[in-house]
Amino acid sequence: MSTTNPPLPEFDIDPRAFRHLADAQVGVELDTGDMILNLGPQHPATHGTLRLVVRLDGERVVSADPVIGYMHRGYEKLVEFRTYPQITTLINRIDWLSSFANEVPFIDAAEQLMGIEAPPRAQYIRTVLTELSRISTFVLFLGEMGLQVGALTPAFYGFRDREHVLNLIEAATGGRFHPNFNRIGGLKVDLPWGWVNDTRTAMKTIFDACDTFEDLLVGNEIFEARTRSIGIIPPELGAAYGVSGSNLRASGVDWDLRRDGKPYLAYPDLDFKVWTHPDGDSFARYWVRLQETREAARMVLQLLDGMPAGPIMAKVPRIIKVPEGEAWVETENPLGQMGYYVISKGATGPFRVKIRSASFSNVSILPWLLRGVFVPDVITILASLYFILGDIDR
Amino acid sequence: MSDVSGTEAPEADVEAEPTEDVTPDPHALDDRHTELVERFGTELGDAVLDQASVFGMPVVRVRRIEWRRAAEVAKGALDCDYLCFVSGIDWMPAPKEGGDEAGSDTSAPVQPQEVTYGAAGSDGRFQVFARVQSTSRLWGLTLKADVDDESLLVQSWVPVYPGADWHERETWEMYGFVFDGHPALRHLYLPSEFEGHPLRKDYPLLSRVVKPWPGLVDVEPMPGEGDDAAETTAEASS
Amino acid sequence: MIALDIGWGTTLAIKTVMILAIVPLTALVLGYVFLLKMMSHMQSRLGPMDPGGFHGWFQLVGDGIKFIQKEDITPGQADKRVFALAPAIVVISTFLVFLVIPAGPDIIVKDLNVGVFYALAVSSLSVIGVLMAGWASANKFSLLGALRAAAQLIAYELPLLLAVVGVVIQAGTMSLQGIVAFQSTGSIFGFDGIGFPLILTQFIGFALFLVASQAELTQTPFDMPVAESELVAGYMVEYTGFRFLFFFIGEFGTAFAFAAIAATLYLGGWALPASWGISMGVMRFLGPLVLFAKVMGVAFLMFWVRFTYPRLREDQLQALAWKFLIPIGLVNILLTGVFKVAI
Repeated sequence: MSTTNPPLPEFDIDPRAFRHLADAQVGVELDTGDMILNLGPQHPATHGTLRLVVRLDGERVVSADPVIGYMHRGYEKLVEFRTYPQITTLINRIDWLSSFANEVPFIDAAEQLMGIEAPPRAQYIRTVLTELSRISTFVLFLGEMGLQVGALTPAFYGFRDREHVLNLIEAATGGRFHPNFNRIGGLKVDLPWGWVNDTRTAMKTIFDACDTFEDLLVGNEIFEARTRSIGIIPPELGAAYGVSGSNLRASGVDWDLRRDGKPYLAYPDLDFKVWTHPDGDSFARYWVRLQETREAARMVLQLLDGMPAGPIMAKVPRIIKVPEGEAWVETENPLGQMGYYVISKGATGPFRVKIRSASFSNVSILPWLLRGVFVPDVITILASLYFILGDIDR
Repeated sequence: MSDVSGTEAPEADVEAEPTEDVTPDPHALDDRHTELVERFGTELGDAVLDQASVFGMPVVRVRRIEWRRAAEVAKGALDCDYLCFVSGIDWMPAPKEGGDEAGSDTSAPVQPQEVTYGAAGSDGRFQVFARVQSTSRLWGLTLKADVDDESLLVQSWVPVYPGADWHERETWEMYGFVFDGHPALRHLYLPSEFEGHPLRKDYPLLSRVVKPWPGLVDVEPMPGEGDDAAETTAEASS
Repeated sequence: MIALDIGWGTTLAIKTVMILAIVPLTALVLGYVFLLKMMSHMQSRLGPMDPGGFHGWFQLVGDGIKFIQKEDITPGQADKRVFALAPAIVVISTFLVFLVIPAGPDIIVKDLNVGVFYALAVSSLSVIGVLMAGWASANKFSLLGALRAAAQLIAYELPLLLAVVGVVIQAGTMSLQGIVAFQSTGSIFGFDGIGFPLILTQFIGFALFLVASQAELTQTPFDMPVAESELVAGYMVEYTGFRFLFFFIGEFGTAFAFAAIAATLYLGGWALPASWGISMGVMRFLGPLVLFAKVMGVAFLMFWVRFTYPRLREDQLQALAWKFLIPIGLVNILLTGVFKVAI
């Protein structure tokens, strides 16, 4: 089947044999010199069903090969058999920690193709909910990265402070994890009474939580010793691999789609700062996400102050038929750059949707990144890249 | 806060209506992207077969033997350092589920059966398409290339963008395109013994084949409200 | 007090039973108070509340019963005899340490005149048990954990010992009862209101001892061998049921033992200052309580650090021991010696 495949650079065995090696049961006998260790698919550090087949020399990694696909649900095939409103339910579940943010680019693409623009109030509410889901994801990250590095307590603080945000999302949309709130043309219902004040109070808690994490972890010498200079991603290589979001900004690349990409949602009206860090190591990734959490809370407060009144749904026909065309919408999701390339042929469902998910590219750099590191550093790097399996596997 | 008090006053009061009806073209390229397309065309010359613009994003179709050179030009001369994705398109319309007899299958949206191609056209059934962006110049470009139906050979982008490794593995296992120059084309999502290429249109959605769509099913009756009621409903709707 | 005339056999039997009963009890108390309750409250949750009615005090006892009645699973490829023996060795070393800890004027199993030396020597037997557990489990994660543990436990024996040498120089004896007596009857520049707890001059040694004992117990920040988010339970991962219970008792019993040794060496142990004039008869009842209070204080410090700090990587851990703690220990001994002779 294959034509001219050059010899493999890193593995000195036949590629067809390696395909089986990745799937084989790992035996007990130790190789003389190198040991093959299977991290996952059930492992507390791999955030889900990611399997890392690492070859170890003592405690140093010689090579690492991620095996993904344990959660592959075939979304790109499924959406060819669904109507547009049905697809919103599906794509909630790509990145399940910030599920509202997954819906936004797809709905935006469908609205572009139909020539419909959602009213300003709907855009603002969408932005607020996207930033709330960003806060909820990042607060969890701030806690559980401490857990991966060994501090047991910050993880609980992360979950506790996240509850405030999840309660808000549930009050507005009815679902904590899978809101399914976007409709083509706007939103399902308007915000409940008192929601704006509750959100303002919750943002104060988020600021306090960020301060706690800064005191507890960022200033801790052991945390710094575990994360500084670990897993440095050079910016050009990161971009060539498609690493995006906070991971790329932590390597010093000043690129944020909310500011630099095609304008979407209410971001053009907002005044916010894009945080970068020059180092590119795990500490930088932690620090950047900490600052972005604070920034997201500030953005939410700005949005609430400037929220326009008005309808939340534009006039859309009852049966949604999207005219023929192609559209690409990319957004700055909490995990990175997410995009949908929607090809429509005028039916009630799309012809082809290419889902570009952030964690897929973030994880593809692992074989390069993990060479030569210690086993504990593997855990730190996995924690700092912050991927979600649903995002990798779609 | 939750009160919908009506829309704002129309903005026609602020500006005088211009004489001709200017509806901005949603597909118009801004200056930055116009420059990008021009420079790309200059560098590649006649390798560019067609170009189009999709809501402000340029789409360029290149010759299949210049696929890698297009990547090199994008990365080198045009500063597109960021690889967004590499994937494939199958333009053949999906055969109707269950053949022509399956009349009342309302599960999947009905796609038109004529073959049409999207932006920048196509030579045949398969295309490979990719997107690259620049983090410094803030422009992006979508590239398409046709893939020959029989040989399914595509030049690999791995020497130019190392991140294309996983994208090309996924495209291979989903469409069957063989990437020439890829270090190790093996399965990414699917188990290693998997046969077939799922994203092709002639590969059926197996869950519908295994259990056909049951049609419109009424609300589940309350427990104990009578299995007779459930049976008659099922008979009527099937 | 009436002197009971009982033979050495009966005394031996009584002492054996006492130790066998006390060690799991101490493990239980420490585990409940610190692991279940203090950790929970620090993490803004409540911990067990239902078992036993009052704040879940029965939780660990229930856990113990649960462990005992579990199925005994041995991995298929494991080395069965070594696998079975490993937890026993760890627990035996814990029991042996308790033999020299004094809890009152006569309440000690045997007051060896090399008490402290014996205690440290015997506590390092557990390294063998850990290695056996990791190897015999036929699991690569266990093996990684066991190798890390072996390197770590051996490395941190030295700072432990060096810290204790400072105390021995000052007290002039290795016997634990002797050290207690020294502190209780001592005086600071003539003022004998609080005796002479050695922590006042041996504060460097105290800090060193706490850090080293944290590492000996494989507790965070030194819990690489049992790194929960990497190796799940490290060398203990294949152990279930009562074998795991042995490891648990070993871990928390040793924590109690080390805290007790720290309390004895630095805080005065079971004794209150002699100048307070409490008779030995009263101290026979008060001693254990005083010791218990001091142990709880030291254990609080140990567990507080455990729940707060991230863990050090293995090579950073080793660098800390060899390049930082051992030189400090040596300097401590030097200063102690100089001051002992000069003052």
